[in-house]
Amino acid sequence: MSENDGQQFDRLPATAEDRDVAGRATRAEVVDWWTDRFGVPAETFEGYTFWEKGAGKVWAFAADLPTPTDVEGLGMTFLRTRQEHWKPTTNAVQRFGSLATRNVIELDDDDAVDFLAGEDVDPEWDGDWGYLVVAHELAGGVEPIGVGLYVHDELRSVIPKGRRASLSE
Amino acid sequence: MTPLERYESLVDDFEAFRQACERPLPSVVRVNTIKATVDRATDALDAEGIAHEPTDWHPGVFRLPNDSPGRNWPHAHGWIHGQEEVSNLPARVLDPQPGERVWDTCAAPGSKTTQLAALMDDRGLLVGNDNNLGRLSALRHNAERLGVTNLVVTNQDARNFSLKPLGENAADDRGIDAFDRVLVDAPCSCEGTIRKNPDAFDTWSLDHVHSVAGVQKGILRRAIQATRPGGTVVYSTCTFAPEENEAVLDHVLGEEDCRLVDFETPLDGVPGVTEWQDEAYDPSVEKALRIYPHHNDTGGFFCAKLEVGA
Repeated sequence: MSENDGQQFDRLPATAEDRDVAGRATRAEVVDWWTDRFGVPAETFEGYTFWEKGAGKVWAFAADLPTPTDVEGLGMTFLRTRQEHWKPTTNAVQRFGSLATRNVIELDDDDAVDFLAGEDVDPEWDGDWGYLVVAHELAGGVEPIGVGLYVHDELRSVIPKGRRASLSE
Repeated sequence: MTPLERYESLVDDFEAFRQACERPLPSVVRVNTIKATVDRATDALDAEGIAHEPTDWHPGVFRLPNDSPGRNWPHAHGWIHGQEEVSNLPARVLDPQPGERVWDTCAAPGSKTTQLAALMDDRGLLVGNDNNLGRLSALRHNAERLGVTNLVVTNQDARNFSLKPLGENAADDRGIDAFDRVLVDAPCSCEGTIRKNPDAFDTWSLDHVHSVAGVQKGILRRAIQATRPGGTVVYSTCTFAPEENEAVLDHVLGEEDCRLVDFETPLDGVPGVTEWQDEAYDPSVEKALRIYPHHNDTGGFFCAKLEVGA
């Protein structure tokens, strides 16, 4: 087993048997995680390759390239691994979260505005603690806003500063 | 005297041209079809009480007479992106298809790059390059907000762009040896953005026009070299100076294996000019399109389509 080189993009191994970098998530684990946690169908990711750059930051890329690859970005930052609770990115949840069937919390209008502004909110929820897809009703459908961390009966907004917005007057 | 007077002999109705240049531009947004349909995005704008007027040439491009593009739910979801109306043209002319290999040579901050991704249905491989590392963060931010997943971001001087980091000639057949289509939306003197940036002329000088024209020639040559035979390159600027437009095309036609081709234009404009001051250009530069601000009530623009190795 070699160490992770955080400066380059390395394609994730398909399965644990193919792993040659210590601690690296596998493609199978990443897809299973989205399926187990949110019910996103595994076939959603059939055309995607997954890459690690930095410590545990996994990127989803709709095409493929030889590995390793020395570029500035490859697809979209997708999932934070190498920590006890894996954390999806806000952008990944906006892109793929509409396919989620569980661990989705739907906020009312006021809470949705507060959540987008980065504020913690206190909605009714009797499901799992941990990272949730946070959504609201918009233009005839339920649309994911981003990622929330539900702990101790409150929902913490973990929308990154650059994606927060104040929509209230 | 502003740089505009320089072009009096080229412009069909100079008074209308000058008056249009003095009017501010309305806010314009493009619907990001990677994340929402045009119908759903317009429903969301209606629900927010944001007035929007469709443009008659591009589905999903709307003028917002009363609002700025941000601070609303469709923007927070990445369903809409603020992008000047005329700047929606070059990606449409390039017409990239899902599954193709496409290179945007001067991509930051990414309005046209993300439009290319949407036209590709976010499938295939799109390289967004920029030589300015600071501006790359804006490109990445916009691409992620708009849900683009087929983008490779690179930080090279496009004049010497290397395909090595993309696996050129690698034993692994996943590498990229050439592109199907390339967009060269070149750095320029930005005369055509005067309606959006009233200080655009403050830094204008003929020396700058000449030096940026050298950069433009280098980038367009490299773009043609990196495109497969039969592939397509679109060259665009937001400026009027023939030195940065037809003269660049004329130079590249002489140096590389390529030709200018006709293209359908949904916007009004006039053909490229074949003479400017003491210079005469290849007659085929007439196939290029000059858009003046009074033609469509937009910013000024220049756009040309080239076929490689034909």
